[in-house]
Amino acid sequence: MAENVKELLKLHEGLTHEVYLDNENSSIVPLEVLEAMQPYWNKKAYGNPTLTHKPGWEAFETIMNCFGKISTYIGAKNLEELTFTPGETEANNLAIQAAAFLQKDHGKKIIISEIEPISVLQVAELLSKFGFTTTKIPVNSDGFINLEKLKEAIDKDTILVSMASVNNEIGTIQPIKEAVDIVKDKNPQTLFHTDASDAYGRIPLNVQNLGVDLATLSSFKIQGPRGMGALYVKGDLNLHRILEGSIGTQRLWPGIENTPLIVGFTKASELAFENFEANTTKMRTLRDKLVEGIFTELSNLRLNGPKDNKRSPDNANISILRAEGEALTIELSLSGVYVSSGSACSRRLLQPSHVLIAIGRIFEEAHGSILMKTTRYHTEDDISYVLSVLPTAVNRIRGIVGSTGVH
Amino acid sequence: MSRIPLPYNPKIMDLFRNPKNLGKMEDATVIAVAGNPACGDMITFYLKIDDTKQTIEKAQFESYGCAANIATSSIVTEMIKGLTIEQAWNNITWQKVTEEIGGLPSVKFHCGVLAVGALKRALRQYFTQKNIAAPSWLPHELTFEEKQALEEEELAKTLSKKQKPEAET
Repeated sequence: MAENVKELLKLHEGLTHEVYLDNENSSIVPLEVLEAMQPYWNKKAYGNPTLTHKPGWEAFETIMNCFGKISTYIGAKNLEELTFTPGETEANNLAIQAAAFLQKDHGKKIIISEIEPISVLQVAELLSKFGFTTTKIPVNSDGFINLEKLKEAIDKDTILVSMASVNNEIGTIQPIKEAVDIVKDKNPQTLFHTDASDAYGRIPLNVQNLGVDLATLSSFKIQGPRGMGALYVKGDLNLHRILEGSIGTQRLWPGIENTPLIVGFTKASELAFENFEANTTKMRTLRDKLVEGIFTELSNLRLNGPKDNKRSPDNANISILRAEGEALTIELSLSGVYVSSGSACSRRLLQPSHVLIAIGRIFEEAHGSILMKTTRYHTEDDISYVLSVLPTAVNRIRGIVGSTGVH
Repeated sequence: MSRIPLPYNPKIMDLFRNPKNLGKMEDATVIAVAGNPACGDMITFYLKIDDTKQTIEKAQFESYGCAANIATSSIVTEMIKGLTIEQAWNNITWQKVTEEIGGLPSVKFHCGVLAVGALKRALRQYFTQKNIAAPSWLPHELTFEEKQALEEEELAKTLSKKQKPEAET
C-alpha cells in the first residue's frame, strides 16, 4: 500500500500548475492564517485557559476574543452562545443528540431533509435506535426543500428540525427563515438546527434574524485549519453535553481548548468577513468562468443545483455523462487538478451521492458528477489552467467508454 | 461517498493511462457486455475467434468505469490472446486476473469479477451464436463471475425502478 502511494505520487512529478478545487473535503490553509496561528503554539497563550498562570490567562483572553468575533459574524446575542468543536461533524452530533435528549419527554420526531450532510443523516439514524423517529422532507430538482411537506410533517411530537442553510454538494441556498417560521408557527416547542458550514462566509448569515436555535460552522470550509468548527446554541437553551470530561471555558465541549486552531478559524473568519462582498464576488466570478468554460468545451453535461443567485457563489457540480467520476478524478489529478466525485464506484455499497439521487438525477449522472468549489484564493490563471486540461481528461475517459452501453 | 483510500499499484495505473487493446473491433466474432452504467461499471469485450483452431486471435475492450475496471478489462484482453476457447475458459478466473494485475484494493475485487464475467459470457455466446453444440468442458451452470455480473445487472434494474421518475419541480 505505502509503496503504491509512493509510485502514485511519482506520476505527479513535474506538474507545472496545481489547482485544488476539492474544498468540500479539505482545504489549503493560506499563509496569512498560518502566520496568525504560529505564535500560539509556543510563544504565547499555550496554557490551559482555565488555569491560574500567565500562559493560561493569555489563552483565556485569546479564546474569549475569538468567541466574540465569531459570534459577531453570525449575529449571535453574546459570545456564550458559541461552542468550539473539533469540526462540523462534531458540532452536528452535539446539536442533534443534545437537542433530542433535551426534548425526549416532549416528543420523538426528528425532521431533516433528504439532502442533509452525512453527519446529520447518520446521527438521525443512530437516534432512531433509541426510540426517536426520522422524517425526511423531499426536495425539488434544484434541491430546494418542499416547504408544504415540511408544514404537513410538523406535529406535536416534533422536537427537532435540521436543515442545512446551503447544501454542501449542489450549493442550494435554502429558505431557512421561511422554514423556521413554518416550524415555529405550527409548534413553537420544536427546535431548529441548521448546518451553516457551507453558508458561513458565502452568504449573509444572521442566526437571530433566521430564528434558528442551533447552527453549525466549519473552519476548513472558509480556509481555516481542519479540526475546528463551532456550534451556535441560542442563549436560553439548556442543552447537555454529549461527551464527558473536564470542563474548561465551554460547558458543552469538555477537554482542553485548542487555542492555535481557534485563532486560525477566527483569522480565516476575519479574512472572509472583512471583505465579504469582494470575496464572494471573486468566488462567483471564478466559479462562473469555470462552469461556462466547461459547458463551452464539452457537451452531454448537466449542471446539478440551481443556476442563479439561489446558488452558493463557490459551488460547481456538473454531471459529465459517459464518463465515470472516479476515473475522472484520477485523470485530472495526473494533470494537477484536484476535484471530488459523487460516484459510488464500490460494489454492493452502490451509493452514489444521495443528494444527486434526491434531486432526481439518474445513477449514471451521479456516477459521472464532479464537485468543485472556488475560494477567494483562486486566480483567473487557475481557472484557465483547469479549462485547459479538463476537456482533454474528459475526452480521454469518454474514449475508453467508446460505445459501451450504447448498443 | 466511498472514503476508502485507493492506492492503486503501478500496473493498474499504467493500464489506466495506456490501456492495451482498447476500442471497438469491427470484425469481432463475438461481442459481450456485462454490468450496467447505473452501477458505474460496464464492460464490452470484442473477440475475434479462429473457427477452425477455436483460438482467440484478437481481443479488445471498451469500458465505462473506474481505473480498476479499465485496467482489469485491459489485462484480460492481454491474458487471453492466443489461447484456445477452452484454455481461456479454464484458466481465467477473477483471482488470476487480480494476481496478474498485482493486486486490487478489496473494494475493487468486483472489477476483476465483472471483467471475467464479461469474458465468460463472450465465450459461451460463441457457441450459441455459431449454433455449435456446447463442448463437454463447458458447464451448463453459470460460473461465479457470470452470476455476479447477472446479480449486478439485476441490482441496477431494481435501483432504476426505485428511483423516482422525475423530482418535483
